[in-house]
Amino acid sequence: MSDVVIVGAAESEQLGVIPDQSAMTLATGPVLAALKQAGLSLADVDGIAGTLPVIDLAFTLGIQPRWLDGTMVGGCSYMLHVRHAVAAIRSGMASVVVIAHGESGRSRVGAPGWVPDRSSMPGQFELPYGGSGTFSRFTLPAMAYLDAYGLGEADLAEVSVAQSRWANRTPRATRPDLLTVDDVLASKLIAWPFHILECCPLNDGGGALVLTSAERAADLDLAHAPILVAGTGEASEGPSAPFMEDLTSFRGFRQSAAEAFRTAGISHADVDHLMVYDAYAHVPLYGLEDLGFVGRGQAVDFIRSGATSPGGTLPMNTNGGGLLYAHTGMYGMFALQEAVRQLQGRAGAQVENVRTSFVQGIGGMFGAAGAVVLQRQ
Amino acid sequence: MSAARKFAPVPTPETLPFWEKAAQHELWLPRCADTGKVFFPPRAHSPFSGGAVDWVRASGRGDLASYVINHRPAPGYEDEAPYAIALVRLEEGPILTSNIKGIPADPAHLRIGMKLEVQFEARGEVTVPQFGPVGKGEEA
Repeated sequence: MSDVVIVGAAESEQLGVIPDQSAMTLATGPVLAALKQAGLSLADVDGIAGTLPVIDLAFTLGIQPRWLDGTMVGGCSYMLHVRHAVAAIRSGMASVVVIAHGESGRSRVGAPGWVPDRSSMPGQFELPYGGSGTFSRFTLPAMAYLDAYGLGEADLAEVSVAQSRWANRTPRATRPDLLTVDDVLASKLIAWPFHILECCPLNDGGGALVLTSAERAADLDLAHAPILVAGTGEASEGPSAPFMEDLTSFRGFRQSAAEAFRTAGISHADVDHLMVYDAYAHVPLYGLEDLGFVGRGQAVDFIRSGATSPGGTLPMNTNGGGLLYAHTGMYGMFALQEAVRQLQGRAGAQVENVRTSFVQGIGGMFGAAGAVVLQRQ
Repeated sequence: MSAARKFAPVPTPETLPFWEKAAQHELWLPRCADTGKVFFPPRAHSPFSGGAVDWVRASGRGDLASYVINHRPAPGYEDEAPYAIALVRLEEGPILTSNIKGIPADPAHLRIGMKLEVQFEARGEVTVPQFGPVGKGEEA
């Protein structure tokens, strides 16, 4: 089976508050930049994937795709796009695939508002109880997790504290300050036990990836080393957090990660660098445990030990994560971008000798999951 | 009335028995006719077997499985903020979302595992189950 590699990876030039660009432009700008890194042009692109309507995306770019993937399962959609693109390129359905993300999460330019469906499962059985945003919905199972292991709000804060050591070294981080537990606990309460520094900010931004076969990549004039998509996995569980099978563990994480490890043919010891989608501070705790890096209930101690901080054995969320770097609403593209940068040696807070990076995404609120193993060859 | 602005669910054919019973201040759960296991939310087919579904009345008792105390109120909840949004594990197993009535929205008063009992609240065209301390139900 032919190898598939990432030959271009770019984020939007601006990140944060961008009132003069629509969601579509936030997506198409990075596509052009990523193609340039690969020495490719729009005419070379025959496959397109994204969470914006892919017809509009292709039309706006002026391309004529023979392969389209509009998979939309929330913030991990881009991990699934990578997985699907690998299959498409291997089977000959596409030769050059672009995966695009653009979201005007803060400014809402060219971005429709969200209208809840009153007859959906969350609409009937969750939203009547005053959940006013993801901060009071995604967070619902966290107390069950903390209580199960005798943990409290100060323990949850350790996630933001550890990630601040990375954000502090990352030039474009939205929240670059070094944080202590006291800083986090003193920040505004949003949905106890979550304070604002344990909740992602809401930004405007975008990013794009370009994938092709290793054979084709060998003939390209690449700006950066090609990055192998070594393994992938995807899974789904339920419509939102109240429908989880176990409030202290996410089957979507367990299954998608196991599939990614299996298809990459690697073990946990092979992973040099980890990205775990962190819209809220509890998600990396579930991630570390459900991916199998630590046992159940051990994630806080692991983070507190410094293992995931600069100099630690498992550098995690090295851009500061969605909590501190940037979060447009569907963060998965940024987790993938940081992993590629680390593998190519061009990250803001560069870790030495990253050869294998594991990227774990989550979509919806404990709804879907996608995992991608990336390697420098 | 701020309560009139609260989010009101719209039942679907699969869930209608749940809402019809709630309107009578009874809590009923769908059950897999093949395995006898209850499940939630209601579906047209059993998620265990793909087979038929019947309905059974639940005890109305459960315990507090998880919660947040929301400081950013949804429409209609402004006068109640901060308020608890909880996950209640019914004695029968399934988890329902609920507010916690009659207990201060304060971590000192909300202990994971505490016993709760169903009560009912009118909400637009429907009646939604809510949970509070045991013995305080059926006042609505």
